[in-house]
Amino acid sequence: MKKYKVITSLSYPQEGAMGKTGSWRVFRPVLDVSKCVKCLRCWIFCPEGSIKRNKDNSVEINYDYCKGCGVCSNVCKVKAITMDREAKKE
Amino acid sequence: MTIMIDTGNYIAAKAAVMARPQVVAAYPITPQTTLVEGIANYVANGEYKGEYICVESEHSAMAACIGASETGSRTFTATSSHGLLLMHEMLHWASLARLPIVMCNINRVIGPGWNIWTDENDSIAQRDTGWIQFYCSSNQEIFDTIIQSFKIAEHEKIVLPVMINYNAFILSHTSMPADIPTQKEIDDFLPPFKPHWKLDVNNPVTHGNIIGTAYYEHIRKGMQDAQDHAKKIIKDVAKEWERQFGRHHGDLIEYYHCDDAEYILISTGAIGAESKAAINNLRKEGIKIGLARLRVFRPFPEEEIRKLAKQSELIVIDRNISIGSNGAFYNEIKSALYGVSDTKVTGFIAGLGGKDVPYHDIETMCKKAIKSKKVNNSQIWFGFDGGE
Amino acid sequence: MALKDLPIEECLFQGNAACPGCPATIALRLVLKALGKNTIMVVPACCTAVIESLYPKTSFDVPVMNIAFEAAAAGASGVEASLRQQGKEDTTVLAWAGDGGTYDIGIQALSGALERGTNFIYICYNNQIYSNTGVQRSGATPYSAWTTTTVSGKTEFYKEMGDIVRAHHIPYSAQACISQPEDLYRKVQKAKGIKGPKYIEILAPCPPGWRFSMDLTVEMGDLAIETGAWTLYECENDIVTFNGKSKILLEGKIKRKPAEEWIKHQGRFRHLFVPKKDEEKLKLIQQHIDKRWERYQKEFL
Repeated sequence: MKKYKVITSLSYPQEGAMGKTGSWRVFRPVLDVSKCVKCLRCWIFCPEGSIKRNKDNSVEINYDYCKGCGVCSNVCKVKAITMDREAKKE
Repeated sequence: MTIMIDTGNYIAAKAAVMARPQVVAAYPITPQTTLVEGIANYVANGEYKGEYICVESEHSAMAACIGASETGSRTFTATSSHGLLLMHEMLHWASLARLPIVMCNINRVIGPGWNIWTDENDSIAQRDTGWIQFYCSSNQEIFDTIIQSFKIAEHEKIVLPVMINYNAFILSHTSMPADIPTQKEIDDFLPPFKPHWKLDVNNPVTHGNIIGTAYYEHIRKGMQDAQDHAKKIIKDVAKEWERQFGRHHGDLIEYYHCDDAEYILISTGAIGAESKAAINNLRKEGIKIGLARLRVFRPFPEEEIRKLAKQSELIVIDRNISIGSNGAFYNEIKSALYGVSDTKVTGFIAGLGGKDVPYHDIETMCKKAIKSKKVNNSQIWFGFDGGE
Repeated sequence: MALKDLPIEECLFQGNAACPGCPATIALRLVLKALGKNTIMVVPACCTAVIESLYPKTSFDVPVMNIAFEAAAAGASGVEASLRQQGKEDTTVLAWAGDGGTYDIGIQALSGALERGTNFIYICYNNQIYSNTGVQRSGATPYSAWTTTTVSGKTEFYKEMGDIVRAHHIPYSAQACISQPEDLYRKVQKAKGIKGPKYIEILAPCPPGWRFSMDLTVEMGDLAIETGAWTLYECENDIVTFNGKSKILLEGKIKRKPAEEWIKHQGRFRHLFVPKKDEEKLKLIQQHIDKRWERYQKEFL
């Protein structure tokens, strides 16, 4: 990545440009892998892009950045993702 | 070199094309129209091979120039009066983005009522946009300044847009001879544009996203530093031009009979040119008077003005008015002198609405100023309502 | 096309400044998957200027040029001309604006760029409000919707931007929705392959702006389609084809759900239900949709 010397509002790409947005979360999506049918709906609809799609189309949630909106849970047709209160963390 | 006898606008079009901008985006407005028509002719005859975007407004003209410049193209546009005012938002955008866009503004009166003649209120209203501002007094100077401006704008210590102002009709539509260098000579003087930053898919950056207060201040300071550097670079480029082409129109200021002057008249643009005739006549009458024609308003030549005030009383003619205050040039001159010099400065408002300001009127103004006992006569409306 | 066929590559990073449940980021991820990294974005004032996150960092892995509110299409014209001069015509120029920047303040520059034949894709992500400034009324806000500047509900209907765009007779225009990713992806990909101006409008149900629960973003999109409040179509060389559920609705194979099914979930229409149902206004909303579909059937069936 080349950085320019000129002084103007130039910003450079970075994951987590707004920090670890996972801290915004009130509810946390929890994936029941046994129920997952690898339809990828959660992956494509996650507004944050925080659901990682693996090569075999299984998915993983990145809690560093997931804002806990619940879209994934809502679009899951087999109800494999539940939204749990953050405080309930084991 | 060839001699081209043509109007200011056609000569500006020639200069613009010879600077080889990759993109021109413009919208027509009287009296700028013949300039962009001139470029359209060069597109039609193949002399201009860049892009010529006929946009649907001046706001879009500057937006398109910004898009072109941000992707690494040399960019030119031209406008006038209301067109310049419509661009205002984008003028700030261009300078904050540090884009070396070059633009001609043909100084024209602002309505209502509709008036296509010349005064400087349009460009004076853009004083704080961060653009370098030139004011030209002849067609030759227009040509030379346009080429110089690309070099100044693109200089690594500047990287700011430049606005070249000249008077509606008096220059834009009046034929005068101009020496036109060969394309090779221009190319040698002005190498291809090397952008200082750009939008590049191989090195993705985001320009202009949300920015915190301290960072933003840093950007403003950077612009100010660039304008400060411009004081020297403008001089260097003018000297380089003189070495190569034998012409020097002044740098920040053009001095005329200033060495022994007890009085110095400060004026701009076409009044600046007319002032030379007035100076000649006044000198014949034995008055030791000189002319400092302000060629550059931004950056403002503070040091130069202070130097002049050490030896002479100053007389200022403003073809503009900052309503509720004084002429813009008068104000800036007084501000430069504050705490440094108590010399007498007399300010005239003249030529608003395109009213003619012939040399004999300039002589009258000078004599009136010389006679006056008032140290700070800030605002004499010359020729207003049959008298002053 | 199935979801598994969509590329894994992302050009929008996570950890950005979008609200939870944001439809714009759903759309952005899809659009940038379709366009790839050889893309330059032009973004006027809109939520996306915030989503980019704070200087000196950005969430976008493609070049982004921010520009003044009314200037996206004009700025894109400059970018496109510049790239052509540099022999980089393979780079996609994407103007990405909200409905405020498209229907209202940006309509002149948009119309100019479409008329000039600028080779770019203009995408309007339409959340029917000025959301970035705090939910004010726009030319795309539907009748009776609450906004901060239509406190008792908007008294006018929105304008048909799609019709205005089609009057420019550009090679491609389309409407899509964040709830139909395959359709949206296909449309953006198709637009990428066509020379000249392309316009795509994406319905973007906004949780804080429409006042619905943030997990319902996708559902609000689907319901908009099923009630006929939003339409999926594409227009190639002046020929309009309806897509997906909108096509089936047009053909009359299924019936449109009542508009109420869509609006009852949205707090911005709450005053139509509480303290008592405003049958008259609900009827007007339904009639407006019905009339539009009558026109569709006449023109496009």
